[in-house]
Amino acid sequence: MKSLLKYLKEYKKESILAPLFKMLEATFELMVPLVIGGMINVGIARMDRSYILTMGFVLVVLGLTGLICSITAQYYAAKAATGCASKLRYAMFTHIQALSYEKLDTVGTSTLITRMTSDINQVQSGVNMFLRLFLRSPFIVIGAVVMAFYVDVKAALVFAVAIPILSLVVFAIVFANIPLYKKVQDKLDKVTLSTRENLNGVRVIRAFCREKDETAQFHDKNQTLTKIQLVAGRVSALLNPLTYVIINLALMALLYKGAFRVDVDGIKQGDVVSLVNYMSQILVELVKLANLIVTLTKAMACASRIENIMEIEEGMGGSASVKKEEKSEALEDTKSADGYIVFDNAAFAYCGSSENALDCMNFSVQKGQTIGIIGGTGSGKSTLVQLIPRLYDVTEGHIYVDGKDVRDYEPDELRKRVGFVPQKAALFKGTIRDNICFGKEDASKEAVDEAIRIAQAEEFIDKKEDGLDTMVEQGGRNLSGGQRQRLTIARALVRRPDILILDDSCSALDYATDAALRKGIAELSYKPTVFIVSQRTVSIQEADQIIVLDDGAIVGIGRHEELLDNCEVYREIYDSQYKGEVNGND
Amino acid sequence: MTNAETMKRILKYIRRYWVYLLLSLVLAAFTVFGTLYLPILTGSAVDQMIGAKMVDFDMLFSLLRTMGSVILLTAAAQWCMSLCNNRMTYLVVRDIRKDAFDKIQILPLKYLDNHPTGEVVSKIIADVDQFADGLLMGFTQLFSGVLTILGTLYFMLTVNVVVALVVIVITPVSLFVASFIARKTYSMFKAQSETRGEQTALIDEMIGNQKVVQVFSKQDDVAERFAEINDRLENCSLRATFFSSITNPSTRFVNSLVYAGVGISGALAVISGYMSVGQLSAFLSYANQYTKPFNEISGVVTELQNAIACAARIFALIEETPQIPDDSDAVNMHYENGDVELCDVKFSYTEEQKLIEDFNLHVKPGERVAIVGPTGCGKTTIINLLMRFYDVNEGSIRVMGEDIRHVTRNSLRSSYGMVLQETWLKSGTIMENICMAKPDATREEVIEAAKASHVHSFIKRLPNGYDTVIGEDGGSLSQGQKQLLCISRVMLALPPMLILDEATSSIDTRTELKIQNAFAKLMKGKTTFIVAHRLSTIKEADVILVMKDGNIIEQGDHKTLLEKGGFYAELYRLAK
Repeated sequence: MKSLLKYLKEYKKESILAPLFKMLEATFELMVPLVIGGMINVGIARMDRSYILTMGFVLVVLGLTGLICSITAQYYAAKAATGCASKLRYAMFTHIQALSYEKLDTVGTSTLITRMTSDINQVQSGVNMFLRLFLRSPFIVIGAVVMAFYVDVKAALVFAVAIPILSLVVFAIVFANIPLYKKVQDKLDKVTLSTRENLNGVRVIRAFCREKDETAQFHDKNQTLTKIQLVAGRVSALLNPLTYVIINLALMALLYKGAFRVDVDGIKQGDVVSLVNYMSQILVELVKLANLIVTLTKAMACASRIENIMEIEEGMGGSASVKKEEKSEALEDTKSADGYIVFDNAAFAYCGSSENALDCMNFSVQKGQTIGIIGGTGSGKSTLVQLIPRLYDVTEGHIYVDGKDVRDYEPDELRKRVGFVPQKAALFKGTIRDNICFGKEDASKEAVDEAIRIAQAEEFIDKKEDGLDTMVEQGGRNLSGGQRQRLTIARALVRRPDILILDDSCSALDYATDAALRKGIAELSYKPTVFIVSQRTVSIQEADQIIVLDDGAIVGIGRHEELLDNCEVYREIYDSQYKGEVNGND
Repeated sequence: MTNAETMKRILKYIRRYWVYLLLSLVLAAFTVFGTLYLPILTGSAVDQMIGAKMVDFDMLFSLLRTMGSVILLTAAAQWCMSLCNNRMTYLVVRDIRKDAFDKIQILPLKYLDNHPTGEVVSKIIADVDQFADGLLMGFTQLFSGVLTILGTLYFMLTVNVVVALVVIVITPVSLFVASFIARKTYSMFKAQSETRGEQTALIDEMIGNQKVVQVFSKQDDVAERFAEINDRLENCSLRATFFSSITNPSTRFVNSLVYAGVGISGALAVISGYMSVGQLSAFLSYANQYTKPFNEISGVVTELQNAIACAARIFALIEETPQIPDDSDAVNMHYENGDVELCDVKFSYTEEQKLIEDFNLHVKPGERVAIVGPTGCGKTTIINLLMRFYDVNEGSIRVMGEDIRHVTRNSLRSSYGMVLQETWLKSGTIMENICMAKPDATREEVIEAAKASHVHSFIKRLPNGYDTVIGEDGGSLSQGQKQLLCISRVMLALPPMLILDEATSSIDTRTELKIQNAFAKLMKGKTTFIVAHRLSTIKEADVILVMKDGNIIEQGDHKTLLEKGGFYAELYRLAK
């Protein structure tokens, strides 16, 4: 709610004027029964035709002014709602842009997308309805009561009893329904999950002949949903009949009381008609108010979900976020640090995990060296290289790049020097050229050509009719896995980075292409420091240093031959790929 | 499917609950009558209050008594009507979802492969919901709306023709206003939803690849692109929201014109002695009520159209041609070793693109067949055919000499143990997931299977061991862990034949080596089909099929293929 109010504040004028104009409209509406009462009391009683016509004209004027006020109000409400939603959307988008990898991991992409789209839309319509109705409906209810007292105090006492009862019933039902609807939503989600799961797993389900069980489980969930829907329906079905009964019983009381007032105290017939009219106005508004509350509760739930996202701290500041003392300490350490990239007792744990994903990382890398990183699934290879461009921050120890703690760099400053090729070959909608130049829009033709050549993408791009201007569909769907990977490599190379990181990003390349790529990188004129993460020993065996990881710890560092000699894990990996013998009793 | 056909099918679903429908209609009529009758009674009551000392209390009391019963009966009818509607709606929704889900189980995989999951899910969930809201609720609203209009007309005409005419003439104006605005705003809403779509696509793309955006420091550029669309969206949205929100005030204004008209003509009629004050008050409340159903009906009509469109989409799914059912005399296969024969098999997913042509292969019991080749060469297709996920276009596949089209699907499929590259776990406990292939397995058997697939120690470390609940699609498990769990399913089922489609692709080579041992034990004497890109897995096979563009270009064991010096030898050389 906090951030919502912040953006609503920018539309202060609109947010105040919209309900005000609505109230004005309501005021005109409240005058209608009085005018009708006058028609009856004065016009009919005195047989005054011109008075009746004048009053009729007044009704039209009231309607017209009501219309103008109401349209003005609608405009301001729409402006405030859409404007506020738009600002919120932008703020949220930039906020997400700034979130660290760690935060992105915890929240999840699909959640973020839902928050940005459907949730904000709900909030927008919530704000719109709120501005239009939150003053109007209570105002009419209270106004009608006040007017009734103005018409006749004693008869109006009926209102004083009926309205609280009516409000109580309406709100009781609405509030009773909110948790029920949450439950309905919950069960519906389960049915959705079941359907989606069944579709995704159709091959497995059929292979194991599990159709019958799956169907039975679905029917169970479906039945539970129906049951809770019926319960919720039963409660909300009470709203209309109950309000109808209360308001009409009040009407009867009003007629009864009115009759005495007419008979004994001589109030006029027209007054009774006015009172009856006020009663029906109140009913209409209370029902509107009930609907408003339902919409608002939904919008509030959305707003608080949005708020949860907005409250996530960005998780990674620039150098300013690192404390002064630490900085000076870091500087001292720098002197002792020897090498271009140095890991000094670095450790890292993913958020919410008690165990370190990486522990005691100690090694140093000279400028221009090629480093191979190898290890089993989940051994921390990717995590290790992601620490270098500060995609994650170490939880213990230090990492130095060019003599400076990475946390002393602005993240962007550091990342500009790094060419990173992620595991997942993600491309964007646009031309091949757009994609390659994604990280460096002003790249020269030579740089682009060189990047394409080294990434081994020349051949397939040349084959395309439009060459570099070939359109890439969202996610690169119209390219094969290998082609996508080559483009993501070219994208990193075009920046001519000081540090090149290939995070298991050659898996879809065949052996020959992979070899040609490595050869090309080795011959680059600007001699980047290269990190190659791979599952295949063949991809890294020529590296200057190979780091062998197992369960988040370094179990070996050295050249290929040395490791074969002294690192058991490395030898096992090598054997598993080279001997290729499946020995029954091994 | 035409609207008439769709309606017919809808009625078929409702027919089961015709009692509720009938009751609902009768109760709706009753409710409308009560609601309309009450103002008349109120009017008569007002007429008893001519002035001081002239109130007819006897008459008033009898009127009040009638009012009381009308109110209670109407409310009761209204309540029962809602209950009937709810029951009918939710039960029909349940039935449709059930039928749709049942259908999915027997749809050919061709349909499911060609229709994205999201699309089918949205049919079964969102479309059914919208259909229920729009059609069933809309229908009763339409019915009572029409009844209200007719009833009001009748009551008004019996009370006073002239004043009734005033109402009849002016009211439709509000309909015109509403539909005029709706037509004008249609293009604005279209623009809004298009821009919204554009923005969602950008959000989807950028947030989906947020990590890439960040690693290339492109946040500012991306935000700029977002802002541009966002500004456009704000404008479209403002126009659409504002112009559509004019509808209510405008119809309210027309309403107040009606009100004024009734006030003037009514009051004049009272003076001329054609009408009483009470009748005027009844008229005024009719004038209020009369415009409401008109506005509602115009809304209901668009919703009805929408609902029918939704229903048509669901029925299209429900009536999709199912896979050919098992022959009535289909054989239930029971055998230990599979003798599998593919004779002149022709198959393609689409007519235009030929894939597998004249494929012949005879696998003797206990043989191990490896299939290698570049992506898209048809490796996975062979598996689709073996499991009868797809039927061959020409030729036949025989197991133990029996054409698999004459074998029950269940017995055919349960004779294979299949592990696919794409792992699939359902939300539930680890135990349930492993037990998939053998629901009656004991806990010991499950643990044994888990140990064989080297996943036991990992499961033990989970908070609740084998009873740990995992989320949709394995939740936080790594790809490799998921693959291990899938393997343990097969280890538990111990089927007579095996199909392994890149079954160990996400597992590191060291663990793989260990699993290979378990597999080797499992495969002993069993006919096995292996798709793999790791040559170590392939070398042991009795027959290696090298596929390219849907054809087998080479066939033989590792040694002969190497000696042949063809495509396989080239692949092998590159791997070395």
